[in-house]
Amino acid sequence: MNRAIASILAVLSLFALPLAAQQSLPPAPLAYEQLEDPAQEEAAQALMETLRCLKCQSQSIADSDAPMAGDMRHQVRSRIQAGEEPEAIRAWLVERYGDYVSYAPTVSETTWPLFAVPVLLLLVAGLILWRRLRKAS
Amino acid sequence: MIAELGLAALWLAAALSALQLLGGVLAQRKEASEIARLVRPAAIMQGVLAGFAFLMLLWLFYVTDLSVKLVATNSHSAKPLVFKLAGAWGNHEGSMLLWVTVMALAGGLIALVERRLPEKTMLATLSAQAFVGLGFYAFLLLSSNPFERLPQPALEGIGLNPLLQDIGLAFHPPTLYFGYVGLSVAFSFAVGALLTRQVNPNFARAMRPWVLGAWIFLTLGITAGSYWAYYELGWGGWWFWDPVENASLMPWLAATALLHSVGVLAARDALRTWTIMLGVIAFSMSMLGTFLVRSGILTSVHAFAVDPERGSFILVLLLLYIGGSLLLFALRANTVSEGERFSVTSREGALVFNNVMLSALLGIVLLGTLYPLLTEAFDVRVSVGPPYFNPVGAIFTIPMLLIMAVGPLLRWRGDSFARIKNSVAIVAAIMLAVLALVLILGSYGLLPVLGLAVAAGLAVGSFLPLRGRNLMRAPLSLWGMVIAHFGIAVALFGMASETAFSEEKLAAVPVGESAQVGPWNVNLEQVAPVAGPNWTAIQGRLAASYDGGDPVILTPESRNFWAPPQETTESTLATRWNGQLYAVIGNQAADGRWQLRLWWKPFVTFIWYGGILIALGGLLALIGRLRTDLKRRYVKSRQADRAKEAAAL
Repeated sequence: MNRAIASILAVLSLFALPLAAQQSLPPAPLAYEQLEDPAQEEAAQALMETLRCLKCQSQSIADSDAPMAGDMRHQVRSRIQAGEEPEAIRAWLVERYGDYVSYAPTVSETTWPLFAVPVLLLLVAGLILWRRLRKAS
Repeated sequence: MIAELGLAALWLAAALSALQLLGGVLAQRKEASEIARLVRPAAIMQGVLAGFAFLMLLWLFYVTDLSVKLVATNSHSAKPLVFKLAGAWGNHEGSMLLWVTVMALAGGLIALVERRLPEKTMLATLSAQAFVGLGFYAFLLLSSNPFERLPQPALEGIGLNPLLQDIGLAFHPPTLYFGYVGLSVAFSFAVGALLTRQVNPNFARAMRPWVLGAWIFLTLGITAGSYWAYYELGWGGWWFWDPVENASLMPWLAATALLHSVGVLAARDALRTWTIMLGVIAFSMSMLGTFLVRSGILTSVHAFAVDPERGSFILVLLLLYIGGSLLLFALRANTVSEGERFSVTSREGALVFNNVMLSALLGIVLLGTLYPLLTEAFDVRVSVGPPYFNPVGAIFTIPMLLIMAVGPLLRWRGDSFARIKNSVAIVAAIMLAVLALVLILGSYGLLPVLGLAVAAGLAVGSFLPLRGRNLMRAPLSLWGMVIAHFGIAVALFGMASETAFSEEKLAAVPVGESAQVGPWNVNLEQVAPVAGPNWTAIQGRLAASYDGGDPVILTPESRNFWAPPQETTESTLATRWNGQLYAVIGNQAADGRWQLRLWWKPFVTFIWYGGILIALGGLLALIGRLRTDLKRRYVKSRQADRAKEAAAL
């Protein structure tokens, strides 16, 4: 009887182990550590501020304690360290997670109004000013 | 019993609101009916009843009456008193009740004191106010009753989100609501004036204090919200272009434009249609803000579509009010003549330019906020953030700030550029000098560099309208303008400086060792557990010394709340005149070292000092205007008395 319980416990602990390990998994090394080269760190920081933390509500990966944000910071820093261009890293992340991950929309089939409307607004503003102020004088 | 009293008061207030609407509408007929006389008393009584209902809710939270559903789901007996009370509006139902209460009190106030306008216009205004109010009463009573009882009283409450258990945030939503409601009053005035064809300087003078008041509250609300995000979220960011933030920025932008336009209407009888239009837009933006924050659409468009009861209710109200007022505007705008003319180089000309820029900026923020929601509805997810808002917004903001630096120097109606060219030269020279200086100092981003230059020029330019004036005799409202404009320069300087010069240090430090950030040396002296009323924490003790000076002790914490369970970081700040040291303690690594996050943010505090200055400027202007109004009223009543005496003789 005792042996049975012991073996059950042993089996259970086998399941429990990876679980415990997962929860106390330390964050990836570069999640909370800066790059040695200040220029590289600055480039990494600038990029991280424009990437969305997918597990949070409206926070960049540079502003979040979420484990996933930490992993992504590690990715960004280690890739910058390896000499990759920031925009190449962004492209890689966009390919992996979709446009949603980048706070910097680019002109595409779905986002063109974001760029067309400001131009339109500029024209309308110009038109209103021209009409209004011409009439006024 | 208390809850039932509150609910009954609320129903009565709603009924009075219906009476107010009906009376106001009937009074628009040729012969004023008897019911018209009831409109003002109904508005006042409604304010009293709504205020009473809100006091009842406060009482329920004060005693933590767990038989009331709202208290049980949002409060906890172990919570500090101030957060128990703040819990009354820190949730959906309570905050909607607060909105309705403030609106009813505002309606009661105008019914009580406002006598400048023709009675017909006033009654139309009050019925517009009642019309908006009724929608909210319906929303509150039919789908978000704050006084609902539980079948069985709960044993203990669930508690308030720990992030919200913060004194700054406790008073942040009410501040914004005062702003939103002020804009609703301005909107009612606009509707009243439009319906009765009374768009004139008198109407502008009646509307102006409400716009000013709303604008002051919105300014304070945004400033406080930004500071809260800065120190509470633990990463030192002060503006994220988050939809919730944008929801408060959009009404502010509209209110800023409206404020300047209503000033032109009051002083010069120009920009009539434009003022009405902005009144409608400003209120629409505050409705939109409420919708975005309250409907849950931001968490997920799909969640909103699945459980749409509340969201759709607000959406219907939103469409009804915005659509209705735009329709009214379209129908009546052609009956409003344009008003007085002015030349391009005039105070009005500069104000029109800035109004158009502000409106365009509002358009950008609106687009960037709503577009991702729109695409999400079609299952395409995009993110719009700082890399979009900053540069695109700057296209409109920088020209606006340049005109703002010299516009107040122009005279009303018509002026010549030659008259102010010396002042323009001074401002331009300062901007160019700062630009050159910063470019020599180092390489920073384009926007912060431009920001620093414009801030310097604007800071000086904002005081130029006082040149050659007797400072003691300059009107209070002029001082208000000067200080508010200077506040914009101060805030802009803080933003640009923080963006350009911040330094960050992430370090794993064993107890007893130090880390460097900028001019600071930070020593981790000890780490100890501490406990609060509803949390436990790990507290670090940091000795931070600036440039080798005497150390300041900082105690950042990593807190664990248990009701509801959540982990938060409590950052600590060492404030100097020239910036802030921002310190956060994180987790312990396997080797026993502690994770420290340190930032040195030069002049970051200027962002919020600027915000406070802007609000202070608004307050001075408001006091100045109200004093003038009271004087005018006094003179009028004296004249009337004298006329009576003369007639008696």
